[in-house]
Amino acid sequence: MDFGPQLFLASLDGMVTAAVLALTALGLSLVFGVMRVVNVAHGEFFMLGAVIAWFVASNIGGHAAIGFIAALIIAPLVVGAIAAAADWIVLKRLDYEPEATIVATIGLLYILQQGALVTFGPVAQAVEPPFNKRIEIPWFEGANVGWGLFTTSYKLFVIGATIAILIGVWLLLSRTKIGLVMRATQLDRETAQAFGIPVEKVYALTFGFGAALAALAAVLIVPIQQADYLMGGDPLLLSFIVVIIGGLGSLRGTLVAALIIGMSDGIISVFFTPTLAKIIATLAVAMVLVFRPQGLFGAKAQ
Amino acid sequence: MKPDRALLLHLAVIAALFAMQYVLPAYHQGNLARILVLATFATGYNILFGYTGLLSLGHALFFAAGMYGAGMTMRFLDWPALAAFPAGIVAATLLAGMIGALALRTTGVAFMIVTLMFAQAGYLTILYFNEFTRGDEGFVIVQATRNILGFDLSNDDVRFVAAWLIFSVGLLVALAVVRSRMGRVLVAIRENEERTRMLGFDPFPYKLSAVALSGAYAGAAGAAYALLFGSVGASFASIQYSIEPLLFVLLGGTGVVLGPLVGAIVIFYLIEYAREVTTAYLIVVGVALVLLILFARKGVLGSLRRRTDGWLP
Amino acid sequence: MTEATTPDSAEKPANESRRALLKGAAAIGAVAAGTQMLPGMVPYIQAQTSEPIKIGFQVHKTGIGAAYGRWYDRTTTAAAQLINDEGGINGRPVEIIAEDDGTDPKRGAEVIEKFATQHNADIAFGTLFSHVVIGSAPRAGELKLPYFVVSEGHHVASGMLNRYTLQPGITDVRSQVQSMAPWVADNLGKKVTMIYPDFAFGHDHRDYFSAAMEAQGGEVVAKIAIPPTEKSFTKYFTQIPRDTEVLYHVMVGPAVLTFVKELGEFFGGRGPEVFGFIDSLEAVDMASPGLEFLDGTYFWEGNPRYAGDWSSDHDAFYRKAVGVDANGASVTDPKDISTYAHMFGCWETLHIVKAAMETSDYSGPEGRAGLIEAVENMAVFPHSRAHPQGDKLFNGRTHQAFGHQFISQVKDEKLVPVHRTSIFDSYYPDEVDYTKQSF
Repeated sequence: MDFGPQLFLASLDGMVTAAVLALTALGLSLVFGVMRVVNVAHGEFFMLGAVIAWFVASNIGGHAAIGFIAALIIAPLVVGAIAAAADWIVLKRLDYEPEATIVATIGLLYILQQGALVTFGPVAQAVEPPFNKRIEIPWFEGANVGWGLFTTSYKLFVIGATIAILIGVWLLLSRTKIGLVMRATQLDRETAQAFGIPVEKVYALTFGFGAALAALAAVLIVPIQQADYLMGGDPLLLSFIVVIIGGLGSLRGTLVAALIIGMSDGIISVFFTPTLAKIIATLAVAMVLVFRPQGLFGAKAQ
Repeated sequence: MKPDRALLLHLAVIAALFAMQYVLPAYHQGNLARILVLATFATGYNILFGYTGLLSLGHALFFAAGMYGAGMTMRFLDWPALAAFPAGIVAATLLAGMIGALALRTTGVAFMIVTLMFAQAGYLTILYFNEFTRGDEGFVIVQATRNILGFDLSNDDVRFVAAWLIFSVGLLVALAVVRSRMGRVLVAIRENEERTRMLGFDPFPYKLSAVALSGAYAGAAGAAYALLFGSVGASFASIQYSIEPLLFVLLGGTGVVLGPLVGAIVIFYLIEYAREVTTAYLIVVGVALVLLILFARKGVLGSLRRRTDGWLP
Repeated sequence: MTEATTPDSAEKPANESRRALLKGAAAIGAVAAGTQMLPGMVPYIQAQTSEPIKIGFQVHKTGIGAAYGRWYDRTTTAAAQLINDEGGINGRPVEIIAEDDGTDPKRGAEVIEKFATQHNADIAFGTLFSHVVIGSAPRAGELKLPYFVVSEGHHVASGMLNRYTLQPGITDVRSQVQSMAPWVADNLGKKVTMIYPDFAFGHDHRDYFSAAMEAQGGEVVAKIAIPPTEKSFTKYFTQIPRDTEVLYHVMVGPAVLTFVKELGEFFGGRGPEVFGFIDSLEAVDMASPGLEFLDGTYFWEGNPRYAGDWSSDHDAFYRKAVGVDANGASVTDPKDISTYAHMFGCWETLHIVKAAMETSDYSGPEGRAGLIEAVENMAVFPHSRAHPQGDKLFNGRTHQAFGHQFISQVKDEKLVPVHRTSIFDSYYPDEVDYTKQSF
């Protein structure tokens, strides 16, 4: 394939990766921003979203779209509730002490993953997309249109839906009382408490909301990929990379970094092997934390 | 002069462990050999986490460095086991020193993530060079080459004694370190780094030494694992092997020299029994971590120490 | 289906080792086949003991090999059941002790240890993923526990392992890909792009298929390695050169269905001929949405998943015993697709163990060396109930079996065999002689 179309296709695929990553990482970033909690179980909430989507879609008959829409609603709600409960039962009692919460969320990671193994089983399962039309891209290569120049309607939908969700989240955080309360808590926990904000409830809500975003991302991607109890590792690692490069707790930085990391995942693999690309990305994260802990796009020091 | 209670206790534990080979049936003797190697790994980790207060999520990398340091020199350079074992330790220590020098510019959560990222990069690097490392699949160290001074390390009894020896040396060194001046500085850093600095100690070289020392332990354990059990593979560099020493230390008792041994034994057999009941036996790891961090932050021996006037080092 | 050759009618032995094998086959095969049939010694053994023969079964219940593990488990259970119904081994019942290895090499070695020292198993058996085999085999060798693997990896015959590790029930990757090359070159095209998982299993495909293709005057124009943990694939497909005549694909891991679907979307009904290893769709329903494009493409199969007029009575018997329907799915759940191309290896291996134990009068762990020698002395496995996939030759020096391979075409969401290779298409010179190693 010529270089031009190759790059174009990689970018298009990169957009899908970036979209899903943006949602997932936003959840992680929000939790860190508001609660100062590094949630190592975040990838498992993503996995739970996909697994629940499969349960819902396979139990609701009829057209694939019905199951999919039901999953879009049910999966984030269930996952959000599980996460909020975990916050209430475990993290709250640790008083959100950073190192203790990391250890606790590592424990949570195993519990959720192994719980999925028991209920969902060890084998990957597919969820049918509500629609999936192959769309030719009119790009002439030499004299003839060749194979491989395409995208699908569902991939475009994922990108569009993500943009819509992100706008929704932005509105929620900037225009609603819940958003205001969250931001107030983020800025200064003690003062917020003094002003009568029920910080503990805000924390549970935030933790649940962050997990729900990961679940939502998973429902969107599961018709393209598959649900599998071990699928939480990659989104966790990539979200970490995104949140750190974007600056811990900076939502705007997170989005910019998600776009860069998602796109480059597609584009770098045109030039290098993906394993090398991942090595470079993880080392970059380590170096950013060592030499520029505010992230590449964060302004203020931590 | 008062007898050195702590030293006597540790020597007694070492002697008891040695005697276990005459008591335990073959299967449990084999398990104990494995546990001792992993406990050596965790004993070093305890110096860093338990005594210095630095929580690393990347020690699998140093374990793997020891494993590959020994394995690769034997495979490609035909080094004898006697030379390959220290080669593994040196490789791990150097790597730990280099990564420590970078990672120690950060603290707290950032330190955890930096070590995690370095370890992940290391794991991926092993996969990337699979032409030499054989990646996930790993490679076998030929049985005939696995001997030291005429002792066949693949023999069950020799293997047990070798694992016991490595653990015992590691345990006594750890005991000496934490009771030395350096050990007291490490604890001071854990308790309050600023104050330690004001007392005239530059914390950095101490912290770096702790990272390098724990790296050396991890390397010794990794190299021993390769030599005693004969296989080398990338999965030993995965995150799971960074979590294991943390779990052993937490359960056994952070900042207690004997803690990692207790933690390794308990976790090993907890998982062993969970396997009989369910395929999801790793849930034990999750539940143990959550319960420990919630209710028994000091671990088994940590709680015990409080009741013994704290003489247990 | 094209004509297949049987061992006895094989033409043109090309090298010494093949000739040696044939001679061995003729001589020892007759003896081995004969002694298998001798029931005379059974009562004698029976009088000795009726303790069960314990077979430690190392199985991927969890981890990335779980889909295979589930069916390896069912096949093994069915084979043991049959052996017991027919009187056991040397009059003793067979007991299968299954332990999960988590598709993890460290755990694999621990499981081997547990078989040897805790369960006092007579042999260990079973596992598939090559890293688990490579992690476990050294322990099996040290514990002097015969270790029968059903892995299709080339690591047994390559000489990497030891005398206690054998693979008599399934062919290895090297022989599989080598026997595919002539057919691919003759029928599909000579310019091949290969897509394979980026670990040793995929590298064996890459190296041995490239070599075999060059020997056919063909050429591998691009080699695209994909990490087995990858979840999205289109970006790799863009590297397929335009002048590719044949796309050769093999994938493993939980994302195989995604891989094949994306391949279909990528080509959109155009593109090169497609030849895949069924590993890319093992345990996956051929009627899954998104796989329509596969119609008319070709797959290697170790054993044809769909029953048809190509199936033998032996296959029908085996299929029924394991509980697999004519579409290769579980008889109780048509959505639960088997790993039919691989799992026959468990069935055949257990029957080989039975035959070898009876030949060597196996009565307990002290007979393990004799058991291995008995297997090493085997040379021919005739097509039978015990070997429903087809006849095989066994090379006692390399501990590896050689057999027929199938090429099937997808027609109406089913796989229809169109070619069965000769055993000698898959034969290659010895790389090791395990019989020279001491016990």
